[in-house]
Amino acid sequence: MEKWQDNKAWFLILPATIIVAFSAIIPLMTVVNYSIQDIFGPGEAVYVGMEWFRDMLGNYRLHDALWRQFLFSGLVLLIEIPLGVLIALAMPKRGWGVSACLVTLALPLVIPWNVIGTIWIIFTRPDIGLFGVGINSLNLLSVPFDHTAKPLYAWITLLAMEVWHWTPLVALLAYAGLRSIPEAYYQAAKIDGASKWATFFYIQLPKMRGVLTIAVLLRWMDSFLIYAEPFALTGGGPGNSTTFLSIYLVKLATMQFDLGPAAAFSLIYFLIVLLFSFIFYQALLNVGRGEKT
Amino acid sequence: MKIQKKTIALSIYFILLILPIYWMLNMSLRTNADILANFALYPADITFKNYIKIFTDPTWYSGYINAMIYVCMNTVMSLAFALPAAYAFSRYKFLGDGQMFFWFLTNRMAPPAVFLLPYLQLYSTINLMDTCLAVALAHCLFNVPLAIWILEGFMSGIPKEIDETAFIDGYSFPRFFVTIFIPLIRAGVGVTAFFCFMFSWVELLFARTLTITDAKPITATMTRTISATGLDWGLLAAAGVLTIVPGALVIWFVRNYLAKGFALGRV
Repeated sequence: MEKWQDNKAWFLILPATIIVAFSAIIPLMTVVNYSIQDIFGPGEAVYVGMEWFRDMLGNYRLHDALWRQFLFSGLVLLIEIPLGVLIALAMPKRGWGVSACLVTLALPLVIPWNVIGTIWIIFTRPDIGLFGVGINSLNLLSVPFDHTAKPLYAWITLLAMEVWHWTPLVALLAYAGLRSIPEAYYQAAKIDGASKWATFFYIQLPKMRGVLTIAVLLRWMDSFLIYAEPFALTGGGPGNSTTFLSIYLVKLATMQFDLGPAAAFSLIYFLIVLLFSFIFYQALLNVGRGEKT
Repeated sequence: MKIQKKTIALSIYFILLILPIYWMLNMSLRTNADILANFALYPADITFKNYIKIFTDPTWYSGYINAMIYVCMNTVMSLAFALPAAYAFSRYKFLGDGQMFFWFLTNRMAPPAVFLLPYLQLYSTINLMDTCLAVALAHCLFNVPLAIWILEGFMSGIPKEIDETAFIDGYSFPRFFVTIFIPLIRAGVGVTAFFCFMFSWVELLFARTLTITDAKPITATMTRTISATGLDWGLLAAAGVLTIVPGALVIWFVRNYLAKGFALGRV
């Protein structure tokens, strides 16, 4: 669709720009302000230049949180994408089952994020949780299961929670992609005698490329910002073993009240996210183009 | 045989999906003493005491009211600001359109934790701390961009000839927009409203930071109970079950658009 060329369209996006700028630009400028000063109290601040940035870039806790974050987001993608595609492939194509599946899949997606954490505390606690009591009664583990006691268990619980929470999103997207494939493609494959694998690799997977790109990017971005679920479930512990970037930043900012370093950290974090957003944007534009042509 | 295997695997997945929610429902129907004393797969004698407490104790039920207020305010604001903007992006080429579209997206992707400190200062300066309006405004940060993206997807599906015909027929832009265009994309508006509602409802960090007592939403009330001593699991579970209800009630209506909404209108 050819668009009209008219700069007066700016008047239409002006209200939205102002309201988002109020919530985005002003706070960001405040962060920049904090990041180059040492603030002792109201009206007492000293310009310190790049000191906080040097501090934070050399801070081993930040490095740890960053690697933990990459590991977590990577694992999330490795589990959720294949699982979501498998679910979408197994879902019924017509009948009452379709609506039932879609509604059930969407259920975890509309639960408040910290309630997700609460659900999983209740579900996995070794004294009252179905999973905790169940796995401990089997006596398979050398150390009884308790997600607050051992980092490995905390990670397993967090990953299970994350996969439970967001795999439905991948499945919904993959299913939408599958539904857009015309029946004629499958008939052609059948006439050619294509196997199930061939159908998957040469018809279904290429046709799902667009939605899967979105799924990968959304899951990568959103797991990169994760805060409420691990906050409710583990609080970043035991020790610092599940302290991801957002949790560490909130700890630094509100508990220790180190404004300068926290602001410098915020900007570094923001730049990383901005970089990913740009990749995301380019990929999204290509997805749109692929569908139109 | 093959189809059966597939159905069995899918059924197992859906059982696993429901199980944690079922477990919370189970807990919410039992008293705390019962939960701690006996391990039971289903509530032996069902009690609604936890729910009655939530509906009669203002520290609990006011959390739901506050959350509802700011979520509704945010949904209306997001739609009002996003509708004209989405129209501009779907119909016009203008200076910096690509950059602006990208800038909106970055705000949907920005980590809320980054904005935490400045928000405290900003909202105290303009005297909005601990009000529902503050949370509604803060949630615009990610909901206005989301709404623009989803609506733009729906609007691009409407042929431009409709606009041209209406303008030739002498419609002014506002009249065309309200009486012709919005009714054409009403499904899209409904879906967008659902997603604004939902993302505002599930958010915790801003809602918890910008409220103290008067406007405290239920999600924040729940995190504060976790840290308190003598945790009442039954009560917490009942509060959790009630937070799922609003979303669960409306999923049915948007079930065919869920993928589109979660993918920012790009499917």
